[in-house]
Amino acid sequence: MTGSHHETPAIRVSLLAGLQQTFTLAWRTLLQIRHNPWELGDFSIQPVLFLLLFLFVFGGAIAGSTSDYLQFMLPGIIVMNMMFVTVYVGHGLNTDLTKGVFDRLRALPIARWAPLAGRILADLVKQAWSILLLLAVGFLLGFRLETWLGAVLLMGLLVLTMALAVSWIMVLVGVVARDPEHVQLFGFTALFPITFVSNVFVPLESLPGWLQPVVALNPVSTLTEASRGLLLGGPVLEPALWSMAWAALIAAVFAPVSLWALNRRLARSG
Amino acid sequence: MSRHAILADGLVKRFGDTLAVDHVDLAVPSGTVLGVLGPNGAGKTTTVRMLTTLLQPDAGRATVAGYDIRTQAHQVRQLIGLTGQYASVDEKLTGRENLLLIGRLLGLTRRQARQRAAELLGRFQLDEAAHKAAKAYSGGMRRRLDLAASLVGQPRILFLDEPTTGLDPRARLDLWQLIQELVREGTTVLLTTQYLEEADRLADNIVVMDRGRVIASGPPEQLKARVGARMLAITARTEADLPAIRDILSRMVHDRVEIEGLTIAVPADTPDVLPTVVRQLDAAGVAPGELMLRSPSLDEVFLSLTGHAAPEDSGESTGGGNP
Repeated sequence: MTGSHHETPAIRVSLLAGLQQTFTLAWRTLLQIRHNPWELGDFSIQPVLFLLLFLFVFGGAIAGSTSDYLQFMLPGIIVMNMMFVTVYVGHGLNTDLTKGVFDRLRALPIARWAPLAGRILADLVKQAWSILLLLAVGFLLGFRLETWLGAVLLMGLLVLTMALAVSWIMVLVGVVARDPEHVQLFGFTALFPITFVSNVFVPLESLPGWLQPVVALNPVSTLTEASRGLLLGGPVLEPALWSMAWAALIAAVFAPVSLWALNRRLARSG
Repeated sequence: MSRHAILADGLVKRFGDTLAVDHVDLAVPSGTVLGVLGPNGAGKTTTVRMLTTLLQPDAGRATVAGYDIRTQAHQVRQLIGLTGQYASVDEKLTGRENLLLIGRLLGLTRRQARQRAAELLGRFQLDEAAHKAAKAYSGGMRRRLDLAASLVGQPRILFLDEPTTGLDPRARLDLWQLIQELVREGTTVLLTTQYLEEADRLADNIVVMDRGRVIASGPPEQLKARVGARMLAITARTEADLPAIRDILSRMVHDRVEIEGLTIAVPADTPDVLPTVVRQLDAAGVAPGELMLRSPSLDEVFLSLTGHAAPEDSGESTGGGNP
């Protein structure tokens, strides 16, 4: 173990090396699940449980039959679950910051953006898994695709794009919160009204008139509407454009603010 | 590589109104060990964080391995290893996975990373725990893993921020041995500590920090001479033995002899004090109940260097928080 293999140190990290580091760090986040299987439950059992609960408790009352309600609700449940899963970006980041893993990584000669990018990438994998799982359970329960198979893929991409944008909000929560428990508390508290005051569980028309414009504008609603359109037929382009505009706006606001807050936190810890 | 592995010139760091580091100068020749001694809140950790590129200094400059910590941070990071309470391994991964992760991040191939991890796990006696999650490790194992993680890249310069704080004596000794091995292999080490004994044991030079400033520096011997010698304390078995012990000691050291209960303490500034006392006690037919040689504590160091006791407040080494 004597000597050292680096004679003249490199001046910077290449983009390719940075991407490899990002993949390695994403792998690390997914590896954590192996030793903490309950984490898998958070984005596997919980969404399925939500699906079954809402389907069998509300299905009859809202749509007259559970099979009709499944058609209506599955795209919305996928969107809602995506929102909740973003909390794990903040949770994981905050854990790294408070436990010192983030500093260990920052002291390594790796791309400055790799730790954050790795975390977000890992989260997209979790998101994709959740979407696939909900679709699979949905099909088992009798969900019928009324368009074509490629539309499922498009819906997945649309939902993942929104996930990427919303992740930046959770990065901010992860930076600002004192500990991981507060990330969850704050994240879920903020997400509940946003996801429920939407068209996920009930049709827009069934809501009081004064609430309808708010619900119609909610990105959760526009994304749900676009997803319904893609899986069941119906308007796609307009709600999809609205959703992407929302995603762009959220990312444009929260990415810089989150990075600023992160750098500020790092510069203040002595 | 330059003659000095670490050179700092007037480093300053402010947090709000607090001057955490106040014009600190350091010079660590390659292949030597610098011990930075000081209580919580002295600015030790902030200094290490600046030297390891985690924190930007507000003023002053420093080079590590000849590279500027500000403008050549990436080069610095390739040549250093860092172990501290705030630079930690991932608790949710196993010891082996942690080392693999770092190896891969440093650009080793999968095979090289596996090999390096196995090498370090063996060397640090973590073989058996290699497949356990780090959160299940004992304090000593955890520090060994932290140290192993900072060695994956075979650093020339190692920063150890309070490597043994909170460890039991046995685990501390183990860690000291590992650090001494690394030094023998040529690694330059900067370690911070609250224990004079630790600095004395490991360091070639010691810097004492208080309230963000360097208040004393020099080789351990020189510093200890300034601070006051080690103390030899003898506890008599019965009161009847006390006068004989006192006579022997006062003959030897011509200094004031402190008596407290059955214990008599005298400064022991030369290495022959202990054997001489033992011989004379034996000749006088007195068997002492207890006999020990102890270093001045950090409190005693501080008292003699600064005239005030080491502050009790904590903040620096607890990690995470702002000072």
